[in-house]
Amino acid sequence: MLATAIIVFREVLEAALVIAIVLGASKGVAGRGRWVLGGILLGIAGAATVALFASRIAAAYSGTGQALLDAAILLVAVVMLGWQNIWMQTHGRQLAAEIRELGAAVRAGKKTLAALLVVTFTAVLREGSEVVLFLWAIAANGGHRLGMVIGGLSGLVAGGIVGALLYRSLLFIPIRYFFQVTSALILLLSSGLAAQAAAFLNQAGLLPALGNRLWDTSRILRQSSTVGQLLHILVGYVAQPSGIEIVFYLASLITTFLLMRLTARRAAVSE
Amino acid sequence: MKRLRATCLLVGALVVAQVAMADAPRTVAITITHQRFSPDELPLPPGVQVKLLIRNADNLPAEFESNDLSREVIVPAHGRVTIYIGPLSAGRYRFFNDFNHAAQGWVTVGDPAHAGGN
Repeated sequence: MLATAIIVFREVLEAALVIAIVLGASKGVAGRGRWVLGGILLGIAGAATVALFASRIAAAYSGTGQALLDAAILLVAVVMLGWQNIWMQTHGRQLAAEIRELGAAVRAGKKTLAALLVVTFTAVLREGSEVVLFLWAIAANGGHRLGMVIGGLSGLVAGGIVGALLYRSLLFIPIRYFFQVTSALILLLSSGLAAQAAAFLNQAGLLPALGNRLWDTSRILRQSSTVGQLLHILVGYVAQPSGIEIVFYLASLITTFLLMRLTARRAAVSE
Repeated sequence: MKRLRATCLLVGALVVAQVAMADAPRTVAITITHQRFSPDELPLPPGVQVKLLIRNADNLPAEFESNDLSREVIVPAHGRVTIYIGPLSAGRYRFFNDFNHAAQGWVTVGDPAHAGGN
């Protein structure tokens, strides 16, 4: 039961932290709650579907199907987070002003709300499919069902609480710096996801490693430690990175950052 | 945008280089039975890419995971997956079953100086 709770907690936590950040960053956008909820529900449905076809996915492309699917899901999330960040550059100031004055919500385009939904969807899909697969297997093998339900639920609740705590603490950031901080968080988060996608493509044999274990910071901070895992989720911390992970991390970071600056400058000119 | 295009070109070139260079990599098999990795110690040569076939003989799914190798893959019950690892430098790399941390193992890569070359 405890083992179930811990596994479910770890998977839920990963999705919950991503959702907390995008939810925080889209503070003041009208209707965002509904779109994020939609993403969560679609993610759960998607996770069940992926779990159902897990064996077939695993066997696809000479046994590398799952790595390819993971990479694709991650890259979609990277693009959508980039979209959200770029949108924030033009609307963040307006959002900050309106929140300060009226506490009113700002209307966002369908595309931006859809990006929010897709990011939530991908986070729940990836982590959720592992939870579903794990729980199904226990149930199918005559495991203690009540114990499994209690363990699963407590893991879910605990993960949700940590996500909610992150969200609440984001709201403490003064509104003046709010969108800079959340933009930076999303930038680092999405670069970490890009590096993970690179690792999956390398795992599938599609990209070269460009050197493994280029450096090793395990002595300073082990990646399997609690802080190491949290930083891995939030900013893509890897104690022993490969070259391709670094290339993807930097490419994502620099590209998104430049597009953000470009958009911000254009918005400033047009004002 | 130029940078984006340059990145795409770079990645494309790398893929082509990878495919062109790819000798059939050496294949190593590992099995999960009774919630244990067998073998739980994989000696590999340094500096070459290895194709790792993971077979799960149990009724429970497993997640082969390694922070040291940046690898993570679900192996469904009675399923098989393929992952590529390396080229690695000398050292020990831990892997584990993320669904059951009692199951773990090591990839050990010998020092080429002591292994007497290839």
